[in-house]
Amino acid sequence: MQTTTLILILFAMAASAFYFGRERSLSVATGPKKLLSLHSLPGYYGYYAAIWALLPALGLILLWLLLEPKVIVAVIVQSLPDAERSMSPGELNLLVNNVQNLASGDVVAVEIDAVLREASLRYQELTSLSRQLLATLTLGLAVFGGVFAWRRISPEFRARNHVESVLSGFLIAASSIAVLTTIGIVLSVLFEAIRFFREIPVTDFLFGLNWSPQTAIRADQVGSSGSFGAVPLFTGTMLITGIAMFVAVPVGIMTAIFLAEYSSERVRTITKPVLEILAGIPTVVYGFFAALTVAPIVRRLGESLGFEVASESALAAGLVMGIMIIPLVSSLSDDAINAVPRAMRDGALALGSTRSETMTKVLLPAALPGIVGGVLLAISRAIGETMIVVMAAGLAANLTANPLEAVTTVTVQIVTLLVGDQEFDSAKTLAAFALGLMLFLITLGLNVLGLKVVRKYREAYD
Amino acid sequence: MSSNTQSSRARVEAGLGKRHRKELIFRILGLAATMVGVFFLVGFFWTLIAEGSSAFVQTFIQLEIDFSEEALAPGGELDLESANFDGIARAALRKKFPEATDRASRRELNRLISVGAGYQIREAITRDPELLGTTRIMAVPAAANVDMLLKGNIDRNVPEDKRPISDRQIRWVDALIADGSLVTKFNKALLINGDSREPELAGIRGALMGSFYMLIITIALSFPIGAAAAIYLEEFAPRNRWADLIEVNINNLAAVPSIVFGLLGLAVFINWMGIPRSAPLVGGLVLSLLTLPVIIIAARAAIKAVPPSIREAAFGLGASKMQVVFHHVLPLAMPGMLTGAIIGMSRALGESAPLLMIGMVAFIVDVPAGFSDPATALPVQIFLWADSPERAFAERTSAAIIVLLAFLLVMNLAAVILRRKVERQW
Repeated sequence: MQTTTLILILFAMAASAFYFGRERSLSVATGPKKLLSLHSLPGYYGYYAAIWALLPALGLILLWLLLEPKVIVAVIVQSLPDAERSMSPGELNLLVNNVQNLASGDVVAVEIDAVLREASLRYQELTSLSRQLLATLTLGLAVFGGVFAWRRISPEFRARNHVESVLSGFLIAASSIAVLTTIGIVLSVLFEAIRFFREIPVTDFLFGLNWSPQTAIRADQVGSSGSFGAVPLFTGTMLITGIAMFVAVPVGIMTAIFLAEYSSERVRTITKPVLEILAGIPTVVYGFFAALTVAPIVRRLGESLGFEVASESALAAGLVMGIMIIPLVSSLSDDAINAVPRAMRDGALALGSTRSETMTKVLLPAALPGIVGGVLLAISRAIGETMIVVMAAGLAANLTANPLEAVTTVTVQIVTLLVGDQEFDSAKTLAAFALGLMLFLITLGLNVLGLKVVRKYREAYD
Repeated sequence: MSSNTQSSRARVEAGLGKRHRKELIFRILGLAATMVGVFFLVGFFWTLIAEGSSAFVQTFIQLEIDFSEEALAPGGELDLESANFDGIARAALRKKFPEATDRASRRELNRLISVGAGYQIREAITRDPELLGTTRIMAVPAAANVDMLLKGNIDRNVPEDKRPISDRQIRWVDALIADGSLVTKFNKALLINGDSREPELAGIRGALMGSFYMLIITIALSFPIGAAAAIYLEEFAPRNRWADLIEVNINNLAAVPSIVFGLLGLAVFINWMGIPRSAPLVGGLVLSLLTLPVIIIAARAAIKAVPPSIREAAFGLGASKMQVVFHHVLPLAMPGMLTGAIIGMSRALGESAPLLMIGMVAFIVDVPAGFSDPATALPVQIFLWADSPERAFAERTSAAIIVLLAFLLVMNLAAVILRRKVERQW
């Protein structure tokens, strides 16, 4: 039976458990004022029965689906002939893969021998057996749970409290998922990064000047030792981020000032949503635009001025990224400027300063911490931005500060290292996780700092 | 005293011109900065529409095709699985240009027709078996290069060896134009086909379905979980360190680069849990973690906006805390929560970086039919097509972007309308 069908059946069973539970509570209610003799409203008895029918069974399905593949593979490996069982883990893994592919009717790369055929037949057998078992067990559990709950229903039974405690458990679990996600990110990135640092020393990674992540297939291959010095990646990321900030910060702040101080109401109501569209465009679209429209323009312009411009220059990617970040900077600066008390603004104007003087000499200095916080958030966004640089910046890890040359960034390398078929435990794929760890730590630091500054500042004037 | 006032007044007046000039410059700078964004947007949409709109029409060649059994199966028995469908289209084209006799010129002539022509003829015959044995005029798709030539994307004046279409082929195309056999029709293939190596056959249906399945999982997971988390944090959480930790966590997660979520998906869902790569299931799980903070933050704002008087009234009537929240606060906060959910979904729809990590960048021709079939997503399809060197794919990339932006526009409009409709002042 398909898992989806099974789950649908479970929900149908829960619905009927609700109905029967509710009916039962009505039928056990006694006395002249029937409903008043019940502890809870009849619906709660229904929910109670439905919860008992549904939750244990769903839990079983989840557990089963998580463990099933591992158990079946272990059984298959146990039943293999000795010759195969003594293979190295890698080869064994390959064999198991082939068995699975053969069993599901996919193309198998190797010749199918008797061992493989037998194992795959056994695999199919085990899978179907396991599914039958799962269906019987879950449906049985659902019936059992439903009946158990149904039998407990009596007028004194505190159904509402039970239902509410389950509900509050769900609420707490849901709110912990955010923490679990963070822990998951840290652990998944950290473990692989530690494995990477066991092969490549941390200092080589952090201070090495040469990035060429090739690992050898054979030990005696030419150029077999990959080199994992990440400095060119960091400088490349900083270069592109710097260009982006060079565009986004002045333009964003000036836009915020113009819209807040100078533009008429009509211009503002049109321009603000238009600029918000910029924030809603998917980054892959910016990347396409950077690679196919902006990069050629930058190149032609540079060449007409006599510069040599790489076709995947840092400038094109940085410019487009800057445009993308304008709305972020401008809305955060807008908040910061608006948080300055009106009295300061009025005071400066009353003393006869022009609006620009009020802005540059009074409001901006007062709003500066907030704006800096916003810029920190924008930098973190630029560092973590992926699609624009994947599409418009290069792969060559040049150690340069020239914006007209091609550079590569941390995110580009993560994508390049992980896209495509890779052995998962080679230094090359693990390097991506080490880069991911750096990326996570740096953006986390910037975010914490930025959020703190923004919030602290907002409170200062409240 | 009076002379002092006089002099300071004079000083101020002397400086006034300069200060007003500065004011003007500042104002112009502000206007210019605002215009940067607006100009970019205008230029962006301009190029997009100029590039992409032509991809919605496609060139077809009208040919008088002979559906006789001899033509379909020159060797003997007619088998509709493997008959010579390409052959009859080519034969029809050869009849128009009898001068192409040698192998080289025949091959060039054949290349005017898309390789998809054969499939189209087969489908036509399966749909209507009465075609067999007749001769009908039928429009088959032209090759991408012919299409590009007609749309002006291939320059005729470029030397022959620098363009993908030969002089001889251009002469034939001109002859076809002259006798009216080249027609342009709405490009259905773009919307109903899966991906393909041939630009004229490539469509976004597979990517759209992949995105659709992912969004279903995303909304099914992230909306209930996000709403529940928001309810807990706003209504139940004690003000202690754990609640603070969760709060800080959510704010930070909202700003973690999306590619890091891809790494999480790769390590946890694929390597540890063993869910197959490239499946919309993994993509949906990753995207729900990604959109969760957005939804939680929006939902909390919506719950906060419900006035305390509602809660107090419900408490006064003897409702339990849960009943207050679920019977009174939640229904009133629901529209705001839904708005947040739609915005989260539109972010998920445009996201592509984490999907690259979990193997959704594969070249997948089949339209996925379930949550565990290999699939790709619309933004990833755009990424893949943008990488293709053929000129015809650039046009299709723009068209796919137009479709993606149209979906995003609809979602955001829905959010705005929902917000307007239910916005109420307490």
